Amino acid sequence: MSDIVASNETIVVVGGGISGMTSALEAAECGKQVILIEKNPSLGGRVAQLYRYFPKMCHPTCGMEINLRRARYNRNLRILTMAEVTEVTGKSGDYSLRVLLKPRFVNENCTACGECEKVVEAEFGDEFNYGMSRRKGAYLPYNMAYPQRYVIDERIIGTEDAGKAKDACRYDAIDLDMQAEEIELKAGAIIWATGWQPYDASRIQPYGYDRYQNVITNVEFERMADPQGPTGGRLVRPSDGEEARKVAFIQCAGSRDRNHLRHCSRICCMSSLKQARYVREAFPEDGMVDIYYIDIRAIDRFEDFYKKIQEDEKVSFIKSKVASIIKDKEDNPVLQGVDTEGGNRYETSYDMVILATGMQPSINREAFPIDIVINQDGFIEPDEKNGAIFASGSAADALDVNRSVQHATAAALRAIQVVNKTAGAGV
Amino acid sequence: MMSINTVMVEKYRNNFLREVEANVEEGEWVKMCMQCGVCAGSCPLGDAWEHPPQEIFMMIRAGKREDVLTSDSMWMCTSCYNCIVRCPRELPITHIMHGLAHYARRLGIQPKNNPTQWFCDVFWNNMMKKGRVNELKLGLSLYFKNGFLSGIKESLKNAGLGLNMVKARRMSPMDFFGGHGVKDISGLQKMIKKAQELEADRIDRHGG
Repeated sequence: MSDIVASNETIVVVGGGISGMTSALEAAECGKQVILIEKNPSLGGRVAQLYRYFPKMCHPTCGMEINLRRARYNRNLRILTMAEVTEVTGKSGDYSLRVLLKPRFVNENCTACGECEKVVEAEFGDEFNYGMSRRKGAYLPYNMAYPQRYVIDERIIGTEDAGKAKDACRYDAIDLDMQAEEIELKAGAIIWATGWQPYDASRIQPYGYDRYQNVITNVEFERMADPQGPTGGRLVRPSDGEEARKVAFIQCAGSRDRNHLRHCSRICCMSSLKQARYVREAFPEDGMVDIYYIDIRAIDRFEDFYKKIQEDEKVSFIKSKVASIIKDKEDNPVLQGVDTEGGNRYETSYDMVILATGMQPSINREAFPIDIVINQDGFIEPDEKNGAIFASGSAADALDVNRSVQHATAAALRAIQVVNKTAGAGV
Repeated sequence: MMSINTVMVEKYRNNFLREVEANVEEGEWVKMCMQCGVCAGSCPLGDAWEHPPQEIFMMIRAGKREDVLTSDSMWMCTSCYNCIVRCPRELPITHIMHGLAHYARRLGIQPKNNPTQWFCDVFWNNMMKKGRVNELKLGLSLYFKNGFLSGIKESLKNAGLGLNMVKARRMSPMDFFGGHGVKDISGLQKMIKKAQELEADRIDRHGG
C-alpha cells in the first residue's frame, strides 16, 4: 500500500456510508485529494440495507449507483476498505493517522464469479441482513458491493474451506497469506462520517425483543421487505413463516426515553409510515396496521406523506406509549397499554410487531482515537476545539438520508477551506 | 430579568399547578409529563383507577383542583414502582401519587370511605399512641372494620398467620394490654406536632 500518497493537503474521510461517500465525492470533485476509509469490506453503509426511501418510495440502490459511478471515475479519490483508524495526532492542517488494513484474502484479480462461495461450506450470520439469514465463509457483502470483490471470512482461514476456496478460484485472486498491515497517512482535515447503529432493542425489557420471535425491529423489517432480502420480500412472521397481515408499529422504542436514548431519532416516524405502506401494498385487501405513537413527527414536506397514510382506513394511529408486550399461545405478540385519547385500556394481539428503534452513534465516546467534543447523546459537536475534524451526517446528529447528505456536503466544504489554507501557506 | 419565554410560561402556569409544585412531594415534576401514557398502561391496578397518573398530571395542568384532590385515584397506588421504572422522563410517579394523597388528606378533602385512606388513619393513630406500631391492635382493627361478626370470621381465618407472627416474635399477645413503645413518647409527639405546624403554615400560604 506504499502507493498511497497523502499530504497535509489531503482530506481523509472516515466511514463510507452515504454521508462519507458524499463528503468524499464532493471534496474530490472540487479537485482535492481525498482518502475514504471504510471499516467494512464494501462501501454503502446503512443506506445500502434500506429497501426504499421516504417520502418518494424510490430505491436507494439508484442513488448508490450514481455515487459509485462518481467514485469510480474520480482520480482524486482513493478508497480503502476493511480499514480502521487506530490513532490520530496533530492539529488542524497537519494531522497524522494510523490506519489498520485488515486482510481480505482476495486481491484485485477477483471477478466476483462466485466459484469460491460455491465450494465453501462454513456459514455465518449475514451482517447485511442483521443476522436474519446465513452467508458463506467466502462471500460478496451484497449485490451492489463496491469494490465488487469477494471476501474470505477470517474465521475460515486455516480450515479446509480456505483451501477449497483457493483451489476453486480460476483467476488466482485468493491469497490466504495476506496479512494485516498498518499504514500512516497525512491529512490536512479529517471528516468523521461514522454514522449510526440501531439501538439494541433487547434492552427495552417490557417489549421482549429478545424473548418473542414475532417482535422485530424496523431495520429488520426493512430487510424483510427487500425482494433480495432474507425472505425474498415476503412479509412473514419469523416464528412460523406465516404472512404478517396484522401488524403494529411501536414508535419511540428506545428514543425520547431517559432510560435509553434521550434524543428523538427523527427518522423512525417516517420510516414506520413508509413501512406501513409496505404492509398495505403487500396485502391491499386485508393488511392492517396500527401505529402506537407519542407524537408523529412528520414535519414540513413529510406532512403530505403522513396525511395520505391517515386517509387509509386500514391504518390506525393510537396515541399511546405501549406499556408491555406479552405473547399468546399462537406466538402472537399482545400489546398492553392505555390509549391516552379517551383513556381506553387495550390488549390487542398482532401477527407481528415492529419496534421503531432509534439511532445511536456507531462509535462509542471512548473509542474515538482523538479527543473531540462529543455531546451527551454521543454525537460529535461542531466545536472549535475539534480543529479540522468535522462530523458528517449521522455522526453529528440523528438525521435522515436527505439531511445527512446536506450535512455531508457542508462538512466537505469546511474541510476544503482548511486544506486550501494549508496549500496557500505553501507548506 | 425574566426572558419573554419565562414570562409567558409563568403566565400559563395555572394556580393549581403552582400549588402542587409548592406543597406536594415531588410536585415540581408534574410539568415534565409528556402524556405518553406508559404509566397508565403499566399500572397493575389500572382498571381500578378513575384517573390514571398521566390523566391526573394533565388535570393538574388544566387546573382541575377539585377533581384531582377529591379523586380516589392516587389512593389506589400500591407502590409497585412499575411506572417509575418505565417513565421515559423519569418522573417519580409513585411518590407524586402519595404526595397528592397526603396533600388532599392535609386539606381534609380526601374521598371518604376509601379503604386505603381509612387504613392510613388507623395506622397513624395506632403508631402515634406509643411511637411504635401495635401489630395486634392494628390487625384486629382491620379485621373488625366491617362489624363484629365479619371481624370474628376474618380473625379466625387469619389465626394461623397471627400465631406464626407470635412464634417469630413479630407480635406479642400482651400488646392487647397497652403494648410496647419508644422511650420518650412525649418528645416524639412534640417533634411531630412541630412538623405538622410547619406543614400547616405552608398550606395556609396557598389558601388551603
